[in-house]
Amino acid sequence: MNKEQTHSHPNYVKIYFILLGLFVVSIVGPLIGIKWVTLITAFGIALVKAVMVGAYFMHLNIEKRFIRYILYTALLFMILLFAGLAPDILKSEGNNWVNVSTVNTATIDQH
Amino acid sequence: MSFHPPLATSRSMTGIPTGRLAVWWIIASEIVIFGGLIASYLLFRLHYSEWAEYASHTNTVAGAVNTFVLLTSSLFIVLAHQAAIEKNKEKAFRFIWFTIGGGGVFLLVKAYEYTTEIAHGYTLFANNFWGFYYLATGLHGLHVIAGMIIMGIISFDVKKGVKLERVEYIGVYWHFVDIVWLFLFPLFYIAK
Amino acid sequence: MVNNISDTDSLSHKDHHTEASFWSKYIFSTDHKIIGMQYIITGIVMAVIGGYMAYVFRMQLAFPGKAVPGYGLVSPLDYNMLITNHGTIMIFWVAMPILIAGLGNYLIPLMIGCDDMVFPRINRLSYQIFFISTLVILISFFVPGGGFGGAWTAYPPLSSEAIYNHTPWGAPLWVIAVALEFVAFLMGGINFITTTMNARCKGMKMYDIPIVVWMIVIASIIFMASVGPLIAGAVMLLFDQTLGTSFYNPMNGGDPVLWQHLFWFFGHPEVYVVLLPAMGIVAEVITVFSRKKLFGYKTILYTTFATGILSFFVWAHHQFIAGIDPRMANIFTITTVMISIPVGEMLFCYIATLYGGSIEFKTAMLFAIAFLAEFLIGGVTGIYLGASGTDIYFHDTYFVLAHFHYTFFPIAVIGFFTAIYYWFPKMFGRKLNETLGKIHFWGTIIPFNGIFIPLFILGMGGQHRRIYNYNHFPDLSTPSQQDLRVFATTSMVIMLVFQIPFFINFISSLFKGEKAGNNPWKANTLEWTVPSPPPHGNFAEMPEVYRPPYEYSVPDMDNDYCPQNCSGKKI
Ligand SMILES: [Cu+2]
Repeated sequence: MNKEQTHSHPNYVKIYFILLGLFVVSIVGPLIGIKWVTLITAFGIALVKAVMVGAYFMHLNIEKRFIRYILYTALLFMILLFAGLAPDILKSEGNNWVNVSTVNTATIDQH
Repeated sequence: MSFHPPLATSRSMTGIPTGRLAVWWIIASEIVIFGGLIASYLLFRLHYSEWAEYASHTNTVAGAVNTFVLLTSSLFIVLAHQAAIEKNKEKAFRFIWFTIGGGGVFLLVKAYEYTTEIAHGYTLFANNFWGFYYLATGLHGLHVIAGMIIMGIISFDVKKGVKLERVEYIGVYWHFVDIVWLFLFPLFYIAK
Repeated sequence: MVNNISDTDSLSHKDHHTEASFWSKYIFSTDHKIIGMQYIITGIVMAVIGGYMAYVFRMQLAFPGKAVPGYGLVSPLDYNMLITNHGTIMIFWVAMPILIAGLGNYLIPLMIGCDDMVFPRINRLSYQIFFISTLVILISFFVPGGGFGGAWTAYPPLSSEAIYNHTPWGAPLWVIAVALEFVAFLMGGINFITTTMNARCKGMKMYDIPIVVWMIVIASIIFMASVGPLIAGAVMLLFDQTLGTSFYNPMNGGDPVLWQHLFWFFGHPEVYVVLLPAMGIVAEVITVFSRKKLFGYKTILYTTFATGILSFFVWAHHQFIAGIDPRMANIFTITTVMISIPVGEMLFCYIATLYGGSIEFKTAMLFAIAFLAEFLIGGVTGIYLGASGTDIYFHDTYFVLAHFHYTFFPIAVIGFFTAIYYWFPKMFGRKLNETLGKIHFWGTIIPFNGIFIPLFILGMGGQHRRIYNYNHFPDLSTPSQQDLRVFATTSMVIMLVFQIPFFINFISSLFKGEKAGNNPWKANTLEWTVPSPPPHGNFAEMPEVYRPPYEYSVPDMDNDYCPQNCSGKKI
């Protein structure tokens, strides 16, 4: 039998209601209309909810530690992908650099 | 020829049952699939300011209802898991079907959303925002459907008291699907 | 919940195992050995097809406009189709199924001492999906418009718009085939990883796992972690091709560079996905035939980890001239040059293993040493391409192509032959003929260099790749350049001819080869402790491991080897 039996399992319903509370905040927050409040309430709370679901419903809090490392690694690679893509996709016009040696002799074609 | 699981399946050198270990690896591979998609979307979203306007046409209420539905179904499947640990087959069976019902409601709301949006002309081809919207929610929807089918199949084994540990495995998967939605919701419905 | 079925309990199941029909025994079997063999045979068949394609377009390049014997006239679209699918097939349908899926399936359960993969039916499903993907790619050559011709990297908009690539059916089928193949290997990979993590036999600690198993597992993890974004990207490409969305279409706000990133985020780690299993095979072979302990087991392992992690940080070195930010190019140059450190260290460990050993030049050993030598050339020429300054000049020339083949040919072909000459006795119970093997070895290695060294020279001369007929470019069709092309093509034909001894050897040894016995090479790893070929369920009694896998020529032992499960005096 697995480990949870020896542990007293968390009160799932209680966690569920905490999640619902957070959910309401994440809905109400953006209604205020301030941009940073929206971002924090929307994404910050999504993160908190995800961590809570992961920890208590998926039992990552009592799972073997390396499972967490596997998931962190996958997430880190996605952050890496984002970082590697960002300079290109965010500047898709292609004016990423100036050829310094020609800057005085030729005009730079902007578009 | 009936199938005997090999002895390899019953070994557990890491201390994690093989089924659950495999589910974790599946989730890791799903993280990179959804991660690649979300990263691409996010970059376009940050790059084109007009996408904020497109995003305001998504149905926030429907998205919120679906978030609520999935959170609730997550509770159901974790209660089913609890029941399975307590060897309460009937209760586990019932909660599995509550979860499947949650998935069904989710899909119905989704279908309603899609039809109204398409009726307003926001199709897959309208622009790339809607392209990503249909791609991400559609891929997520496929995961919901897959989870429902698997739960439907295992529920009858559970009722007979066979392979109760599978409730946990499908539960972990279902929570992951829930978590993906927790991020898709602000990405496509809230942030404007 | 762990089912605490003891090993002996489930062994008793096998008593009522009835004799199965041909179909359930060889086609729909869940036995890891049969599935591995299915992968390998499919891979060999696809290698023949890919080799035939290479023959056709090499002939076209050497003798442009002349009818190719065995094919006929090559049109420009044919040419594009041939080079595209040669690349795709050789990587995704030859290197991956043979080295990872085939050998992984065959070796992992045997080497870690268990009876099968942990999920045998998912394993079978994985092969079936792979087989369907094989059919899809083969069918795509015969649909209206012909097979996809947008190069194996499939850059949009060439790959996404039928008006550019002229293959309205071939292009989507190509994407579908590749995506199915990814799904198959994801399933297989998860099987390999969980099997190795959970199903090792009693006593096999982390550092008792043979290097080849480690490498296949790490390769599976790299594959799994890198392929996800490309799966999402492939769906986007498929939508662009078939439904008319514009994810990659810059006219409607898409970004073609996005595909390049998603592709190479997978594409570079993919190199290591196929390299590592080949490295593992070579590690096994050189240790056994040097009769010496593997030099630096842990060092090799740690460099493998380092390679695996670093391989995620280098992908944009394929895009230096795609208009990426030059500051990014700096970073990717540094990381790319860095990755040669762990790989070089690995090679040094192998050479140190050879040093002072009593080397037996069996065919497998010859191929293993050839792997080190040829791969070294591939690795060293890669440094020129990894540095953004030089890459601007070499990009998309035959220098890239020759570099690439100096890495992939050792991996996919030499690595495969190393494995087959070494494990053939285990797979079929008989040895391959050594004389034919050596003819095959020299007939493969010498012409291989004859093909690609001229291509390095042509590339440095500025010969651009993916060009149908160089006669259209006066600068590229001087007599000396054309001579080099003819030389390369001739070498290639010679190499293909020298594969005939291999096939003769393979088939005749199946029936008439010298009986191998359990352990023809006097090796230590567990697969040599069971009969050849291993029975269903592999081990009559589940083994227990007492020692590391590479204890050769240890002083004061009776033999110069000691299998992992021999319980004698601990060392
Ligand atoms: Cu690369």
